[in-house]
Amino acid sequence: MKFSDQLEQRFAAMVTHYPTKRSVLVPMLLYIQDELGALNDEAIHEIAERTELSELEVRNVISYYSMLRTHPIGKYNLQVCTNVSCLLRGGEEILEHCQKKLGVGNKQTTADGLFHMEEVECIGACSWAPALMLNYEFHENLTPQKIDELIDGIRKKEHQ
Amino acid sequence: MAYLVSHPDEVKVVSRRFGLGAANLDRYLELDGYKAVQKAITMGPDAIITEMKASKLRGRGGAGFPTGMKRSFVPKQSPKPKYVLCNGDESEPGTCKDRLIFEHDPHSVIEGVMIASLAVGAKTGFIYIRGEYRYLVEIMERSVADAYARGFIGKNIFGSGIDLDIFVHSGAGAYEVGEESALMESLEGKRGVPRIRPPFPAVVGLWGGPTVINNAETLASVPHIILNGGEWFANLGTPRNGGTRLFCMSGELERPGVYELPMGYNLKKMIYDVSGGMIKGKSLKGVVPGGSSVQILTPDEIDVGMDFDQVLKAGSMLGSGGVVVIDDQMCIVRFALRVARFYQHESCGWCIPCREGTDWMKKTLVRFHSGGGVAKDIDNLKYLAENMLGRTFCPLGDAAAMPIISYIQKFRKEFEDHLDGKPCPYEKVHEAALV
Repeated sequence: MKFSDQLEQRFAAMVTHYPTKRSVLVPMLLYIQDELGALNDEAIHEIAERTELSELEVRNVISYYSMLRTHPIGKYNLQVCTNVSCLLRGGEEILEHCQKKLGVGNKQTTADGLFHMEEVECIGACSWAPALMLNYEFHENLTPQKIDELIDGIRKKEHQ
Repeated sequence: MAYLVSHPDEVKVVSRRFGLGAANLDRYLELDGYKAVQKAITMGPDAIITEMKASKLRGRGGAGFPTGMKRSFVPKQSPKPKYVLCNGDESEPGTCKDRLIFEHDPHSVIEGVMIASLAVGAKTGFIYIRGEYRYLVEIMERSVADAYARGFIGKNIFGSGIDLDIFVHSGAGAYEVGEESALMESLEGKRGVPRIRPPFPAVVGLWGGPTVINNAETLASVPHIILNGGEWFANLGTPRNGGTRLFCMSGELERPGVYELPMGYNLKKMIYDVSGGMIKGKSLKGVVPGGSSVQILTPDEIDVGMDFDQVLKAGSMLGSGGVVVIDDQMCIVRFALRVARFYQHESCGWCIPCREGTDWMKKTLVRFHSGGGVAKDIDNLKYLAENMLGRTFCPLGDAAAMPIISYIQKFRKEFEDHLDGKPCPYEKVHEAALV
């Protein structure tokens, strides 16, 4: 597998930051995933070669981190926090609302491949709860209406 | 992105530059930026550490270890390179303060890392930020690049003859990595499993070299201490608890938000005055004063000064500064279940008492909350939690057990009200919570 120019540049810079090659692993895996949608076999093979690790060791690391995945999900990942601060302000109700609105359960992708939805642990938006992340974007002080606007807005944009 | 609030009782030290555009390097320089590190260069390592000790600054990540003392443990001579590691893996439920620091005052963290490096003789610093905070990783990367471009970091900083590199490192989702030894494992490209101590990171840390690990808020406090003096900082707080703290107020409050208040500020005032009290129609049931890992306080226990020593005396911990306010309409069993689910999800599985204990606690509480509880479950749960305490490599096991014990001790009746096949008597049981 060939890295994109952007990944190639990042890798070349990062590998000089640490005394061991494998130290680039966690952030590099995330950056690769951002481009490919998931860490597929080719990507794992490539990063294993570059960091002088076995593929098994790379998979062992991937399985530890909640953001890393080996299978693709929907284009928009709706990550709803229900941890304590969100729970107190209706986080579980927001989660249920998202599931109903999208017609999918936890960690599922909609049939059109547009949305993935999952319940996540604290995302650091406690004082602005309830909150979710849409890919890397924070959405805070949520209400069911705001969720509807967000999802409808994306659907409209994507179906144009 | 995150909204700012303010209150007249605030004493703005770390939050001094919030909302002033200090992520821009020129603006930061106008606001006394990079003056502290230049002063620190002229002071030299011993004087920096003396000032840090005088400041009575204690670790803002949660453990509250005196920062100056931590640095003094680093050996002066080391055959292996020394490192400074900024812990920006903020993930303690209820805590959202480091986000504001990285967003509004990124250069203060860089300066903090620089001063720490000068103090211990490190040539490399890392700023580890949780993967979910991508926009903050980008802000920090840009800020570091700006500082390099001006020659503030890199070779021969400020003509001192000292070389110093700083790199930003993104995580990829793991609460456990906020624990310092797991953080080092993660930075080294491994699973975030804790290391046994001793040896402590100050002696054997990253790649075997002596390593200072400080929370982002701790490091952001450092330039202010260097500029204004340790004594000034110490006098802002209470004995043995110097300075101010970013308190993250959450729950059904009129004015939730992150407020910077002097150490020792009264918790009751923090809730009813600073945060405007409970929203209309709700009253106070309990307070978790320092993130989800600490013991709950009942409304008659909150007339307490918020510093490490006073909160400990009151039966809880100051922890991460995440003040989670629980209202009368929240069922404690439901709350306990959510906390138990969190620790079960985040346990790395390395130590059996934590891996098995968190799973049993969760399973028992799922059954209990949905009406399948029996009387002996309550004591079993407490017994289980008590047997996790002190039996794990890292504090995650304790963090999972301590809150559950406190909920049972202080709200036993709510647990008993769930017995005899009754579903939660306080509110609707949400299906989403029972997975």
